[in-house]
Amino acid sequence: MNRRNFLRSSALALSGVAAIAAALEPLRDLTDYTSLQRFFQKHYKQLTPQDMERILARITTEVEKQYKIRPHVKDYKPMDGVEFVYCLNLTRCIGCRKCVHACVQENNLSRDPEMQYIRVLKMPHGSLNPEEGDAKYNPEMVPEKGFFYMPVSCQQCRNSACSKVCPVKATWTDSDGITVIDYDWCIGCRYCEAACPYFARRFNWKKPEVPKERLNPNMSYLGNRPRMQGVMEKCHWCVQRTRVGQMPACHDVCPAGARKFGNILDPNSEVSYILRNKRVFIQLKEEVGNNPRFYYYFDV
Amino acid sequence: MIQATKNYFRFLSRCARIAFVGDWRYYGWMGFLSVLVLLGLNAYCKQFVNGLITTGMSDEVSWGVYISNFTFIVGIAAAAAMLVIPVYIYDNEELHDLVIFGELLAVASILMCLAFVTVDLGRPDRFWHLIPGIGKFNFPHSMLAWDVVVLNGYLLLNVYICGYLLYCRYNGRKPAKWFYIPFVFIAIVWAISIHTVTAFLYVGLGGRHFWNSAIVGPRFLASAFTAGPALIILALQVIRGVTAYRITDKALLTLRGIVQVSMLINVFLLLNEVFKEFYSKSKNITSSTYLFFGLEGHHALVPWIWTAVTFNIIAMFLLILPLTRSLRYLNVACVLAIVGIWIEKGMGLVVPGFIPTPLGDIVEYSPSLNETFICLGIWAFGFLAYTIFLRMSVPILQGKLSRAKENVPLHDVIRGTGPEEVMAKA
Repeated sequence: MNRRNFLRSSALALSGVAAIAAALEPLRDLTDYTSLQRFFQKHYKQLTPQDMERILARITTEVEKQYKIRPHVKDYKPMDGVEFVYCLNLTRCIGCRKCVHACVQENNLSRDPEMQYIRVLKMPHGSLNPEEGDAKYNPEMVPEKGFFYMPVSCQQCRNSACSKVCPVKATWTDSDGITVIDYDWCIGCRYCEAACPYFARRFNWKKPEVPKERLNPNMSYLGNRPRMQGVMEKCHWCVQRTRVGQMPACHDVCPAGARKFGNILDPNSEVSYILRNKRVFIQLKEEVGNNPRFYYYFDV
Repeated sequence: MIQATKNYFRFLSRCARIAFVGDWRYYGWMGFLSVLVLLGLNAYCKQFVNGLITTGMSDEVSWGVYISNFTFIVGIAAAAAMLVIPVYIYDNEELHDLVIFGELLAVASILMCLAFVTVDLGRPDRFWHLIPGIGKFNFPHSMLAWDVVVLNGYLLLNVYICGYLLYCRYNGRKPAKWFYIPFVFIAIVWAISIHTVTAFLYVGLGGRHFWNSAIVGPRFLASAFTAGPALIILALQVIRGVTAYRITDKALLTLRGIVQVSMLINVFLLLNEVFKEFYSKSKNITSSTYLFFGLEGHHALVPWIWTAVTFNIIAMFLLILPLTRSLRYLNVACVLAIVGIWIEKGMGLVVPGFIPTPLGDIVEYSPSLNETFICLGIWAFGFLAYTIFLRMSVPILQGKLSRAKENVPLHDVIRGTGPEEVMAKA
């Protein structure tokens, strides 16, 4: 290679490198580096108890660093002999959306951008087709005459489309009937979001933000711990509450007593009574065949 | 053995170096593509840092132009089979040497597909969760897991077939039939499978009526076998224009026959779907209504889909008429078909599936500027890859880049391949 050629090639190579460096420039704003420990973290079901202990400690430190609050993070497991179902009384629901807000607070949902797990539909009398509903109603007073209200969130299906389509098994149904997500395993392809017939799943389009003073420090690994950018989340029937015998936040806040939650395997539970004795109860979009654990019923 | 490895590496290195050799037109074209690729890379870095909020997508419309382009390009990759079938099943001599250009197009297309899927991921840093064995692969339940298998398998098959044939030609020996014919036949079935699996990705979703239809798979194949060979017709003419590689009009007209029949089937299947949706007037046609006529004052896709339908129908008539035996009109028909199908299989298939949402909300989608740059970057990357593949393969097929002529400087190899030089010599 002669001198002229050498100079020309080096100049070309140099400007090439400079152009690539300029293209990569936005990476300098990257703050949330993935540590090696996080990068190589295994799937939830492959973690040993020791692994989990380490991970929970890591999450505790991370939350403490970001929010200056020491959280109580635990990996709540399903209880034996329990299968949850939810029953919602459409005659009683008044559409006040208190459940929506209680859920946001309990589950540390992002306030910027705003995320909600529950959508309350204002339905015209005579239809149960959610497409007839209006989720953006905003009158002075609820309930309005001629309408009923239908809150919709994750239906915790027995034959869940979301977990079937997930290419990496990042979402699955636990033995107590709750479909959960391993936020540290999800790759963010949003196939589950396309598959869900109930518009129940949410994606973190950017890093979720929760104000410090609003943070709920009682956290579960598969539930309400802070999520990261680029992963899916959804209603998990408050695993941090229900797996220690409490009721979900939406249940406790309901002023109309429209929400009933409990163990279907227990014949004395209220939900067992409802499903045995109410003449009409329905699963939303029954024809799709996902077989939800969420039932809507009327007082008749 | 050591000598063979050495020879092989010398082949690879000569192929790699020849990608940087050319006249000012070549450098201009490659420079232009590189700038687009870098702009796309820059846009992707912004998305990587800030999240997919930089796109126009939302929880309501959670897939957009990335997955749209992906769906279309899988079809282009599958269409390589339309060159292979006539040659290996019907012994068509005209197309014989052109098969390699089709398969190289398939390789470039699959690279683009993989890029489009990767940029759509919220957590690209976790890509290894998708690797069978290391990650946790939801096979055979998830259609996306199937897609990972068939796309990468198809990539490997085509890289192997092209690589083997080209290396044999480089060495000046006849390829051993047993080393590639079985793979060619596997690749034919595989080509059909990649587009079928990609269709099943949508068809399998019971909650989305617009996609949950048995005709989606056949429509995918019909449109792919239209747009793919149409693109190959255009590519072959470019190759003929800028190199002295001999491509006969007869070969192009054979491909015209394929595009013609596929387009007829494509339009027929479209009619079937439109009839079924709108004649029955069931409650499940809201997405189709949105796509073709708009819904409750929202009609972002209406002009697009009617453009696509119009282009497809004009292309169909052009292709039926004897007019398109003239290459000029054939090219017009091909461009119309490609653009029409790109709209129909991309935005026209993916986006309306999300509108309205399963709970009835109507939120429209249009790609953001950043998202558009990323798409342009990936398209440019595809063109760049295909140009490089051609730069390597054309001189090999012409016998100019070979082991026998290993001492010829690469500049001279290229210099002898242009049409003008060959004409002058003659």
